[in-house]
Amino acid sequence: MTLRPVRHTERTAGVAWGLGVILLLLVVVLGLSIGAVSIQTTQVINALRGIGDASTIAIIRDLRAPRVLLAALVGAGLATSGAALQGSLRNPLAEPYLLGVSGGAAVGAVVAMAMGVTQPALITLCAFAGAALATLVVTAIARVVGGSGDTKLLLMAGVVVGAFANAAILVALADAPPERLRGALFWMMGSAADATWPAVARCAAALLLLGGVLVWRARDLDLLALGDEPAAALGVDVDRAARRIFLVASWLAAATVAAAGLIGFVGLVVPNIARALGARHHRPMLLLSALYGAVLLVAADLLARTLRAPADLPLGAVTALVGVPFFLLRLRRLAA
Amino acid sequence: MSRASNPALLGATLAFHHVSVRYAGRPQRALDQVSVEAAPGQITAVVGPNGSGKSTLVRTLLRRVPLESGHVTVGNAQAGHIPVTTLHARDLAQRVAIVPQREEPVLPLRVEEFVALGRHMHRSAFGGMSDADHHAVQQAVHRAGIADALGRRTDTLSGGEWQRVRIARALAQAAPVLVLDEPTTFLDIAHEMAVFELLDELAKQGQTVLLVSHQLNLVARFASHIVLLHRGAVAAAGDATAVMRGEILERVYEWPLVVTRDPAVGAPALLPLRGSGRHRDQ
Repeated sequence: MTLRPVRHTERTAGVAWGLGVILLLLVVVLGLSIGAVSIQTTQVINALRGIGDASTIAIIRDLRAPRVLLAALVGAGLATSGAALQGSLRNPLAEPYLLGVSGGAAVGAVVAMAMGVTQPALITLCAFAGAALATLVVTAIARVVGGSGDTKLLLMAGVVVGAFANAAILVALADAPPERLRGALFWMMGSAADATWPAVARCAAALLLLGGVLVWRARDLDLLALGDEPAAALGVDVDRAARRIFLVASWLAAATVAAAGLIGFVGLVVPNIARALGARHHRPMLLLSALYGAVLLVAADLLARTLRAPADLPLGAVTALVGVPFFLLRLRRLAA
Repeated sequence: MSRASNPALLGATLAFHHVSVRYAGRPQRALDQVSVEAAPGQITAVVGPNGSGKSTLVRTLLRRVPLESGHVTVGNAQAGHIPVTTLHARDLAQRVAIVPQREEPVLPLRVEEFVALGRHMHRSAFGGMSDADHHAVQQAVHRAGIADALGRRTDTLSGGEWQRVRIARALAQAAPVLVLDEPTTFLDIAHEMAVFELLDELAKQGQTVLLVSHQLNLVARFASHIVLLHRGAVAAAGDATAVMRGEILERVYEWPLVVTRDPAVGAPALLPLRGSGRHRDQ
């Protein structure tokens, strides 16, 4: 007897991809058009190609395009990082911000700048070091308090480390000359307002490299999500794989922090959306999270610029306004 | 790698040699000098009361507990008997397929996708499913009798279906050694018998089957070799007549009982005494 293989293409995910691409195009066009000066879509496209008056070209090419792109990359990175952490820790509330690793990255970057480092690439490396240190501290706290493997303790330890990071940022930047250092508010609440093309390039490289590693190891995530013993039974070196994913996901978050400061809840909300849209394995889930993370953060940045214009709201404040109610809903469902 | 081209993947013996395990902070060893040998072509069963160390034995295979002493090997005369600690996790999973005791359906996967996870250790990180992978999945699904459930989501399965889907995932590994930790818990009589008959059939085809079970009477019927554990040590080992003896079982299980004959096949069978329930006065 031969069985016909049943091919369940992840059909809902197909629709989700189309929708995501359309939404991304929509928010990108809106992000480029809307601002202190409104620019029509045709003018935006012309300006991107270098046609039109010089000031419009400058606004689009030097200000809005890098800002929109950076928001998209940061959103994609945070969402991918969150999706990987949720899978490997088997907790739908895990994300780099709540786990304190984003905070650790910010402290790393701030300390480097306070010590006079001006090279952006070096600052990013210090953010990586801060994130790696934070993962060590958070796992050590969770292990000492309650034995290994309790992800609730890990999240609590992460929140505490995150609070400590905010305090450290405030202390470090208390007497910082504003013309030399970006302010504490930038680091604690995030912003894409200072986006430059080199920052976009660094963020894109980190997303490709670190996100690529996560996508490459996505099947490990599928197995880790089953639990330690089933994963081990299926040939995963559990501790090593989990450590590796935690570190790579943390560095991905650190790269976004170095570029745009601390932005919470994107890594929490978006993977849950990807799941709801029908992603079952982690490879489509990571990629779909990247797409919707980009959509969400470009939209959030648009809101940050326009809600209380001409004021530029911190990006992390906008995402927290969306993320906190979502977190509470999710928490209730988890407790039920 | 196909079985035919790799002698290590043909019939293999799984052997625990004087294995001792002590969990951190516990005065007593969870396993004390336990030796078990599971040979190809038969069912080897590990039985014993709760807390006797049965699951710890399986956990040493998953390398989730460090050995205090002793070693565990897998292999055959041709390819050699290799200590499992020297094998990469993937290589171990190609040789030994394990159905762990507890597992919840966490991913919203369909049954076919879930069984395909059993091919992980044969696949490269990016490669799709090869023909051999598809074939192994189909065969596993067919053998475990879950063809009807293929398209369903794992979180909609009944307890019995879920156990068989997990067994199918282990069968998809196409490993010469199959280890099951209490696979028939939560199963009704028909499904329990179906699992035992499946294991019997696999053993007859040359598979090495190591079964951890509470089901003494079915173990006595199906297993060629039984190891009885008591407080981490081997209390008795041998065939059913050697192990299923009243004086041994009474001491190990700390309950009065009588060993009689299984009326179906004549194997030794155990009946607990005392606790006469509503038949007290009859």
